Amino acid sequence: METKLKDTLREKKPAILKRWFDVIMETYPTEAAGFLKGTKNRFTSPVGYTIYEGIDGLIDGLIREVPFEELSPLLDSIIKIRAVQKFSPSQAVAFIFHLKRIVNEELQNMSDAHGVIDAAALSEFGSKIDTLALISFDIYMESREKVYELKASEARKRAFRLLQRESQLYEMQEKERSDFVITNLLREENQLYGMQGQDPNIETTNLK
Amino acid sequence: MGALFSFVVVILLILVAYVGVAAAGLQSIFGIVIPYVAVLTFIVGVVYRVIKWGRSPVPFPIATTGGQQKSLPWIKQAKLDNPSSTTGVIGRMVLEVLLFRSLFRNTKSELRDGKLGYGSAKWLWVAAIAFHWSFWIVLLRHIRLFATPVPSFVNVLENLDGFLQIGVPRLFLTGVILLLAVTYLLLRRFYVPQVRYISLASDYFPLFLIMAIASTGILMRYFFRVDIVGVKELTMGLVSFNPVIPAGVGTIFYIHVFLVSTLFIYFPFSKLMHMGGVFLSPTRNLANNSRMVRHANPWNYPVKVHTYDEYEEEFREKMINAGIPIESTVLPEEFEEEFKEKVEDAGTPVREEE
Amino acid sequence: MAKTPKPEELSKIDYKLPEKGWMDTPVEFKEGMYCHGARPQYLETVDFPNPRQWSSKKDEDWKLPENWKEIVLNGMKERLEKYRSFRLFMDICVRCGACADKCQFFLGTGDPKNMPVLRAELIRSVYKRYFTASGKMLGKLAGGRELTLDVLKEWWYYFYQCSECRRCSVFCPYGIDQAEITMIGREILNLLGLNTDWIAGPVANSYMRGNHLGLEPHTIKSNFDFMAEDIEEVTGIKVEPTFNRKGAEILFVAPSGDFFGDPGTYTCMGYLMLFHELGLDYTWSTYASEGGNFGSFTSMEMGKRLNYKIYAEAKRLGVKWILGGECGHMWRVVNQYMDTWNGPADFLEVPVSPITGTRFENAKSTKMVHIAEFTADLIKHGKLKLDPSRNDHLKVTFHDSCNTARGMGILDEPRYILKNVLNHFYEMPEETIREKTFCCGSGSGLNAAENMELRLRGGFPRANAVKYVHQKYGVNMLTNICAIDRAALPTLMNYWVPGVDVAGVHELVANALVMKGEKERTQDLRLEPLPEKVGAENV
Ligand code: SF4
Ligand code: SF4
Repeated sequence: METKLKDTLREKKPAILKRWFDVIMETYPTEAAGFLKGTKNRFTSPVGYTIYEGIDGLIDGLIREVPFEELSPLLDSIIKIRAVQKFSPSQAVAFIFHLKRIVNEELQNMSDAHGVIDAAALSEFGSKIDTLALISFDIYMESREKVYELKASEARKRAFRLLQRESQLYEMQEKERSDFVITNLLREENQLYGMQGQDPNIETTNLK
Repeated sequence: MGALFSFVVVILLILVAYVGVAAAGLQSIFGIVIPYVAVLTFIVGVVYRVIKWGRSPVPFPIATTGGQQKSLPWIKQAKLDNPSSTTGVIGRMVLEVLLFRSLFRNTKSELRDGKLGYGSAKWLWVAAIAFHWSFWIVLLRHIRLFATPVPSFVNVLENLDGFLQIGVPRLFLTGVILLLAVTYLLLRRFYVPQVRYISLASDYFPLFLIMAIASTGILMRYFFRVDIVGVKELTMGLVSFNPVIPAGVGTIFYIHVFLVSTLFIYFPFSKLMHMGGVFLSPTRNLANNSRMVRHANPWNYPVKVHTYDEYEEEFREKMINAGIPIESTVLPEEFEEEFKEKVEDAGTPVREEE
Repeated sequence: MAKTPKPEELSKIDYKLPEKGWMDTPVEFKEGMYCHGARPQYLETVDFPNPRQWSSKKDEDWKLPENWKEIVLNGMKERLEKYRSFRLFMDICVRCGACADKCQFFLGTGDPKNMPVLRAELIRSVYKRYFTASGKMLGKLAGGRELTLDVLKEWWYYFYQCSECRRCSVFCPYGIDQAEITMIGREILNLLGLNTDWIAGPVANSYMRGNHLGLEPHTIKSNFDFMAEDIEEVTGIKVEPTFNRKGAEILFVAPSGDFFGDPGTYTCMGYLMLFHELGLDYTWSTYASEGGNFGSFTSMEMGKRLNYKIYAEAKRLGVKWILGGECGHMWRVVNQYMDTWNGPADFLEVPVSPITGTRFENAKSTKMVHIAEFTADLIKHGKLKLDPSRNDHLKVTFHDSCNTARGMGILDEPRYILKNVLNHFYEMPEETIREKTFCCGSGSGLNAAENMELRLRGGFPRANAVKYVHQKYGVNMLTNICAIDRAALPTLMNYWVPGVDVAGVHELVANALVMKGEKERTQDLRLEPLPEKVGAENV
């Protein structure tokens, strides 16, 4: 990256960081607005802190031009939070684009003393941000998949118990048993993917 | 909304007293009748509320344990945060009531980027302590007006309170601290988002009221200089049940008294009862000794249970099959033989011979 | 042409500062944040009111009885008269906000109604409107509001987003305990059959079959046979637990989660190995096969009905005293309720450890000892031969369960044990452990699958602290003394801090335990190879 742009960004970093953080916090729905903003303590205001530290690292990394692999854990920590917060995929990753806008605006506001920044350098910087957005999308999808997987695996454990309860397992030989379990689990899992958010249609007998 | 409403109400209260005394000349209403009514309401109300609390029993020992329990003798118990004896409980209550121990837990210094900072929560504790203590001292100082001769501890208190020796009359620190603390508590309600969100009119009202009381008090003492002899005449008249209205006591005094009366009347109906409630709070005033001493529940009643016999009835055959001892001596026919073998194998006699 | 929104605009989901007060903000049910409604057969099993098939979505018909409002208000009145805590907590909150940011569900969701004080206000507002003079006269000005269907649904939504962890209670200057309010709130909701499937099912199972999984006696036994096989593979020693055996000295009760499903089973294997090594004269019970008490997540009465079995079984079997396994809410119940509900246990003796002779004075009335107390005492007296290096592949931290921390205060016993059975122990930051511990996010019956987002968000503050020690010290094992933790934390770690496993304390005890006549151990209880003893000879 052009040194000029680098220096300017470095100088503007505190302002950029603050604006970016505020904008991200504004993306929270009414219910949470203003309440997650604390950044002081890693343990007593974990959401604000994690996001703040994450974007701080991202800006830093972009300026220092570290490879994307190093940035992805930072993205990871932010997006994992957003992935369980009921954002749509686009909403969850859109925060990346804010950075572009903020950087542009900050650079425009600059006094002439800094001279003109090379347009090519700026556009290169912009495309880096775009790459981050793409990576973010992948992370978001992975995280959502993980959530479904966790839901399924818990339901799977439960289905297994159900079978045990019906004592179908008790009489079987080991091999048979594991085959039986596996087929049933698969069935169970399919059902689960089909029924998110609905009442379970696993039938159980009346215990009485 | 709640804040504005409360503010307006307090202003109205001041106006009522002002008009009542300055324009309508109702000194005896504001100086005698209302104070009596207020004190009576306060006493009856508080007693009623406390009795009402006392009527509801404490069915379960639910002390919040804030530290290590008493267990093995070599494990150090947190005697105050997790008391197991009455002494411990008293200690815990004293810390709680006098020093706001639980609130103090918030005051965690935080380490960030290697720098030490303090959470705002610490300010809540500081302000709360400052507010309550100065309120008490101010209240005690007022005993001067209700007793002749003035008890010596009041003089001592005044000397401490006025140790700065500024101004004439001497500046009492507590009055200023009270006003500052109450202002902080109010501003907090405006500026800390979560506190603003939870605040109701009934949270703002006492703050505005106390602010007005403190302000009128200060104005009266340092600026308007009411006739202190006349005031004492009036207050002594009240306590001796020979009420008089001396001439020449400024209107500001009646405003002050009216606001205080309002506070007294409001007190038993409001959250201000927390002062009494803290003593009764079962998470704080119980010892965590429920495994050592049985806590009785006055309304404990028998409940429907699923007995062992019912359980065995349902699973007897499966239990026998699995070699689990059973209670019943009457076995299903087909199990008789098999079961005997199992019992012999296991070597655990579970059934007496008939 | 329609204007294409800019990316930044897309992400601005109806952004407004919450300008409207909370009373005027109607509740919105978000997917992933709440559980399914209870199935009728579960409620029928335990004679709970209003069993029916219903959907807990907000807009569906909840099929409430005609006079639901009357039932709720009468239920409140009854409880105001029965519980000083309830009446007092309704009256004395000053809304100072000290508790506001103490709840992990608030920290994780940012939803203001998850602030303990507002969770309480949901019901306090109704209390004010119907039970206080000021509220009756001044209504909203005094903080009162009408009880409507929306308010009722709001209760249900938020009382099942509280894990009854009591963290708020530690910080409140008056000790106001939202857990207590939630418990009473849920009790009232249960009068209308408003429960969750994942609580009602385990309750029905525990009632009929003695444990929340609904394992039948022979199934329990066969599960133990599997565990015994694994133990034999690891140690060469055959353990032989007994069930429902009369005349044993001690009845051992553990959470049934440990009979089944990793990593609970490893903890259970730990108990079995320890008791075998000690030659303890003890028995399990299939009838009282659940230490955990799901009943207490619905009502005090149901809690009592389930808890009854433990003393009843101890009496039937004629044991001298009871030993309890690693479980969170089981111990909350034992410490706070058991003796009062179903005591006095005068048919038992004051517990004395047959190995060390220690008399457990602190349990002289309930006659029930926590296994961490029992084992700590053994170690202190040098009765166990331990090889901590067998846990050298683990860097361990300890999660205090809310119930045992704030409803009992068992903090140092497990730490003492851990420090004796392993070499690498690291505490999480001070504001996240001991009495200030964060909840796993799944306590009090919230560990269903359908509310996964809630669990992951509520568990985030805990996971975040684990992540800290994971990054800083390489911690790879999160220990605890709670069966719900063992069920819920693996999920939480899997999402937030991959690379950290979960174990009960007694699993690590058994790893380190040198047993008489054991073969040379090459595996730990998870059948994973033990670390090479590098340089052990050179030292
Ligand atoms: S800390 Fe206690 S008094 Fe303060 S808002 Fe919370 S519950 Fe109310
Ligand atoms: S008990 Fe725990 S989960 Fe419930 S409101 Fe208090 S802090 Fe939150």
